[in-house]
Amino acid sequence: MNETAPLLRIEGLTKAYPGVVANSDVGFDLHAGKVHALLGENGAGKSTLVKMIYGLVRPDSGTMSLRGTPYAPVNPNAARAAGVAMVFQHFSLFDALDVAENISLGMDNPPPRRTLSARIREVSEAYGLPLDPTRRVGELSAGERQRIEIIRCLLQDPKLLIMDEPTSVLTPQEVDILFRTLRQLSAEGTAILYISHKLEEIRALCDGATVLRLGKVVANCTPAEKSASELAELMVGQTLHAPSREGTEVGDTVLTVKGLSMAAPHAFGTSLKDITLDLRAGEVLGIGGVAGNGQDELLAALSGEAPTARDAVTLNGAPIGHLGPNARRALGLLSAPEERLGHAAAPDMSLTENAMLTASQRKHLAHRGFLNWAAARRFAQTVIERFDVRTPGPGHAARSLSGGNLQKFVIGREILQDPGVLVVNQPTWGVDASAAAAIRQALLDLAAKGAAVIVISQDLDELMEVSDRFCAMNEGRLSPARPAEGLSVEEIGLMLGGAHDMEVAHVAH
Amino acid sequence: MNLGAIDPVLLIASLMVAATPIILAAIGELVVEKSGVLNLGVEGMMITGAICGFAVAVESGSPVLGFALAALGGAAMALIFGLLTQYLLSNQVATGLALTLFGLGVSAMVGQAYRGIKPPATTRIDMGPLSDIPVLGRILFNHDWMVYFALALVACVWAFLKFTRGGLILRAVGESHDAAHALGYRVVPIRLLAIAFGGACAGLGGAYISLIRVPQWTDGMTAGAGWIALAIVVFASWRAGRVLLGAYLFGGITVLQLNLQAAGLPVPVEVLSMSPYLITIAVLVVMSARQRGAAGSAPAMLGRIFHASS
Repeated sequence: MNETAPLLRIEGLTKAYPGVVANSDVGFDLHAGKVHALLGENGAGKSTLVKMIYGLVRPDSGTMSLRGTPYAPVNPNAARAAGVAMVFQHFSLFDALDVAENISLGMDNPPPRRTLSARIREVSEAYGLPLDPTRRVGELSAGERQRIEIIRCLLQDPKLLIMDEPTSVLTPQEVDILFRTLRQLSAEGTAILYISHKLEEIRALCDGATVLRLGKVVANCTPAEKSASELAELMVGQTLHAPSREGTEVGDTVLTVKGLSMAAPHAFGTSLKDITLDLRAGEVLGIGGVAGNGQDELLAALSGEAPTARDAVTLNGAPIGHLGPNARRALGLLSAPEERLGHAAAPDMSLTENAMLTASQRKHLAHRGFLNWAAARRFAQTVIERFDVRTPGPGHAARSLSGGNLQKFVIGREILQDPGVLVVNQPTWGVDASAAAAIRQALLDLAAKGAAVIVISQDLDELMEVSDRFCAMNEGRLSPARPAEGLSVEEIGLMLGGAHDMEVAHVAH
Repeated sequence: MNLGAIDPVLLIASLMVAATPIILAAIGELVVEKSGVLNLGVEGMMITGAICGFAVAVESGSPVLGFALAALGGAAMALIFGLLTQYLLSNQVATGLALTLFGLGVSAMVGQAYRGIKPPATTRIDMGPLSDIPVLGRILFNHDWMVYFALALVACVWAFLKFTRGGLILRAVGESHDAAHALGYRVVPIRLLAIAFGGACAGLGGAYISLIRVPQWTDGMTAGAGWIALAIVVFASWRAGRVLLGAYLFGGITVLQLNLQAAGLPVPVEVLSMSPYLITIAVLVVMSARQRGAAGSAPAMLGRIFHASS
């Protein structure tokens, strides 16, 4: 193949949905053997663009050509036949099926099971991604799940590999392994289209980048030549402020968890094992860890959704382990779970109703069993204004808000109830950079006013930004807390329990 | 009371007959639920199949043609459900319940003309010397062909789900329709096929009741067999082999309590009549409770509406 001819050329691609233009006249070139980044905030149109390349969405206008010939896949099968493979952001895996079955489902002409299992072992070892074909996917870690997706792609010998935010659920060590695999692939001549909003990663990995903003290409650049903040400004279109914090006085211990153990709530859950932590007024405790290591269960145990032994959790010296969420709210322990739609908010209810649901006690929105809707609407309106929630009004359904806006509402709703202790899980997951900065600032301000905050997150950069102390969750265990200042990425990686013996596989190289 | 009048060999032989409609309906519903669709209209599809099969067999004189049309009738009813739930995205529970009521009503209307008629007899398969084996011959090798067809169908469904690519895709759609869609599988057509298959099986089950087991037409003659089939699928943890077990249990107790009634056991008839339902459910509940996490074996997307968001 001619080195200078692009593998994939995209010209004038446009796709509109009712009320929003997802992509407008997007064009760029991809070359064999290069890693190309697609940068942009949430809603910038990255996902729509790659869905068009992968045949899941048909463009309204514009053309694509692959190796010089017109390319218009009608479905993913056609895209795969043309040599385009994709690793999804939300894994397209089936929990109840085993690894080989999952891989077989993603192939057009899968070989018989025995041959397939042998091929899986072969390819997974060649790329340092060990995987047992007989394991059930529901039992695997996020990193292992991603390996399934990657190997599923590799088995089809792709010319172009699309990766949609692949590192958001990985530990630093797992990211290293992924990058090694990707570099090996690009050295073999595969083109990689890499979507992420983690700028340092893109600077380290990618040869070229296209920046999207509101569906349009705003820049083409070489990431290594730009600084991370320059890239961020290209994405956002404005200057970003890192959250600032004043040195606050750390007060007395308000929340104590001692020897908390809990059985896994469902088949694919994690049991909590002997968790101990102290939380003092005015501090932010960051809890890191790869998804599925007990974070959801810990939040449930702290919020009161899953009651525990009476003395396992104490608030201001009083045992509260046996109390339910409302009793804990009354005492000042508030929480905001990770899943926005369906857990933190009721999707089909209005913002006013959602405000009523958690704030009725602390904001006195109910009187003798009767609801004061006027007060609830005022409270919802206050949240909307103070946290810059973009919505036409508090009467709109939670579902109609974008992820970032709903997240701002959910966090704002708890913060404005003046909690003594606030527990949040993944406060900025899927939220764009400027909204994320606003949420982190709000959490820091809350701590500065003397509240104690626990931030559970998989985003280590976020944790380093907001935490006073840091601890890691691994397989339902919580490490002792360490001061966040001066902690290196390597140390954190080791605290997280690291890479699940993946190093061994790479020794062979 | 005369328990001595109960012949165990005859009892077991008629157990297989009594279980057949349940087996047919349950194995069809198993496939439907494996694809992630909850069709509560089994009873309605069964009774529709019962009257379709009965009417066609009477008019044409051919039970085989009757069974074929019963399958078609059941499938047509199921496709109404499929159209409503898969294209118009209606709620599956409500639509399934409505389908049952609709089927009971329609069958009663069509059946007006067929009361008190005897359908043509279905031929027994001549197994030759096999039928002459003492005891076993009478239990296993002396039935009509539908009994063996139902057993073969269970084996086919089991093998299809376990060993074939089609079965894998069906399970995948029931496990995560979004992931299946992202991989390029056509969720709605796959589910419609499963729904139609489930309807056809239920129709066959219904026709078996009206053409062989009873055999005549009365309104509402399926008498809750569809609901038992639904319960058996759940408590069998969506496994074909256990469906067979549950159906035989139900069939066995049904036959036994009829015999006990005839023998004059000093227990109220009502209690005996309800015993098959109670005991089957109780046994299956105990079985599924003993292996913990049985609920985890339910298809993850069961009853969830799929709406392609692309």
